Amino acid sequence: MNPGKILLVEDNPDDVALTLRALKSNNITNEVIVASDGALAIEYLFGGEGTPFADEVPAVVLLDLKLPKVNGLEVLQRIRATEDTRLLPVVILTSSDEERDVIQGYSLGANSYVRKPVDFVEFTQAAKQLGLYWLLMNQAPPVPRRR
Amino acid sequence: MALSDWPIKKKLTAILLLISGLVLLLTSAAFATYEVMAVRQTTLKNLSTVGRVIAANSTASLAFANEADAKEILSALRAEPHIVAAGLYDKDGRLFALYPPTLRRADLPSAPARDGYRFERGYVIALEPVAEAGSPRLGTLYLQSDMKAVSRTLRLSAAIGAGVMAISLLAAYFLAALLQGGISHPILALAKTAQQISVRQDYSVRATKLGEDELGVLTDAFNQMLGRIEDQDRALRGSQDQLQRHATDLEQRVAERTQEIEQRSAELLAANTELDAFAYSVSHDLRAPLRSIDGFSQILLEDYASQLDDAGRDSLQRVRAASQRMATLIDDLLKLARVTRAEIRTEVVDLSTMAREIVGELRTSNPERQVDVAISQGLTARGDARLLRVALENLLRNCWKYTAKQPRAQIAFEAAEGNGERVFVVRDNGAGFDMQYADKLFGVFQRLHSAAEFEGTGVGLATVRRIITRHGGRIWAEGAVDQGATFSFTL
Repeated sequence: MNPGKILLVEDNPDDVALTLRALKSNNITNEVIVASDGALAIEYLFGGEGTPFADEVPAVVLLDLKLPKVNGLEVLQRIRATEDTRLLPVVILTSSDEERDVIQGYSLGANSYVRKPVDFVEFTQAAKQLGLYWLLMNQAPPVPRRR
Repeated sequence: MALSDWPIKKKLTAILLLISGLVLLLTSAAFATYEVMAVRQTTLKNLSTVGRVIAANSTASLAFANEADAKEILSALRAEPHIVAAGLYDKDGRLFALYPPTLRRADLPSAPARDGYRFERGYVIALEPVAEAGSPRLGTLYLQSDMKAVSRTLRLSAAIGAGVMAISLLAAYFLAALLQGGISHPILALAKTAQQISVRQDYSVRATKLGEDELGVLTDAFNQMLGRIEDQDRALRGSQDQLQRHATDLEQRVAERTQEIEQRSAELLAANTELDAFAYSVSHDLRAPLRSIDGFSQILLEDYASQLDDAGRDSLQRVRAASQRMATLIDDLLKLARVTRAEIRTEVVDLSTMAREIVGELRTSNPERQVDVAISQGLTARGDARLLRVALENLLRNCWKYTAKQPRAQIAFEAAEGNGERVFVVRDNGAGFDMQYADKLFGVFQRLHSAAEFEGTGVGLATVRRIITRHGGRIWAEGAVDQGATFSFTL
């Protein structure tokens, strides 16, 4: 199991709570850093000294799209534009399944696009599968040392 | 210049001169010929008279072979200047005496020819027998007269004729020039008028009628035609003006309409954009709270199971069920909205293959069900592939769903010709519906069965109808309770 941290970019506190619970109930014990808007996400990732990812980038980013200040796609662009996060696995986790969002997400380099189900049981299943896949099964890119 | 291109004046004058000239020529020729004939006759008569006189006088000299006498008698011929040669032959045909004395023997014929008068080599030759009345022939008188008189007469006649002809022709020319005006002037006037009208395009001008002859008729007809042309021209101008006004009017109206249409377009575009934004935010914002409702209800169920009685658990289950149902409703509504928004890309779509694929998916997700499916081959239509797929999916899923309670479920997809158009038919032998409520079938969220009997949101058929309508087709349904349903549509 990839021991790395998970960055959860999500503005809805309910969804944050549900996600954390879903991960926990599936025994995914990686540390989860939560950024409640796009600006914070960028700060955490690129802020340097004192930020959660100052030493090393997260194992995977769970990215919502509709965020205040800076929206999810802009965060994604920023991630892909920076050298040491260029290969960072990003999973778009959002309510929207609008085709243009999917297209844009993949175009900007997201690795995966998952629509959050309303049914919590399904949601938990999804979280489990995401965790199993991205932290266990997926061969992560080499994590560059940042400091 | 060709004859037909001569001006009429010239033609008329020429004709008159030609005719006059010809007539004069013929007349002159006739008179000349008559003169010549007359002079010849006269000459001949003269010669004959002279000949007989000399012959009578010569009888004695011939009888007595008196040469000197004979010469003397012949010399009397001096009086007649036209006689150029004369000769007396005796009865044996020998030349006895000749005249004029300067003439050589060789110049006269050696022997007299037959009696009589004839014209030879431009001379009149007379041969008169010399004999006393009742006595045998004594000899022959040969007279040769020139034709100078004749030729002189001829020349005179010719000269007179020519002179007369010249004067006459001149007179004829002047007269012709004068009188041809009577014919040509009206014609020229008419021609000039016609030319003027043609050049100035002024159809109010009329030609003046100068007489009741054929030209008068022509002038009348010409004027009549002008009158008609003038009327038609006026009418034409009138309708042209009218047309122009209509055109301007139409242009104005078109401009107004175009403006209207542009305005509407802009409004529609704005509405569509709003709809887009609305649908987008709906898809995102409405679902999140539902997720929370469902999620935390579930957490309650999981974490506080022991503290909840059956009623409590039941309540929470209902909360969850309701929020999930709402999510489905939202999704279905979104799909319906997308159908309206979507751009139609028309192409030839293989409906048979599409139906087979959909049935395949249904079988895969419900492997436990046995359903007989009959899909006709080669069903194609022109339309948007994605939208048509959604429509077919909805229809076939319905068939699949509503035949769930049938032991032998049957679904068919085929085409038929009706009223000259192609009708696609999807039928099943499932639960069917009461025809009484047929018009409610396609309403949004309208259902004819309860959720307990068959799950569903009641949007499927509304979506199908919207898709069919967007393709310009119609859809209708027939069915009976427990005897299946048939959905027919055109595209």
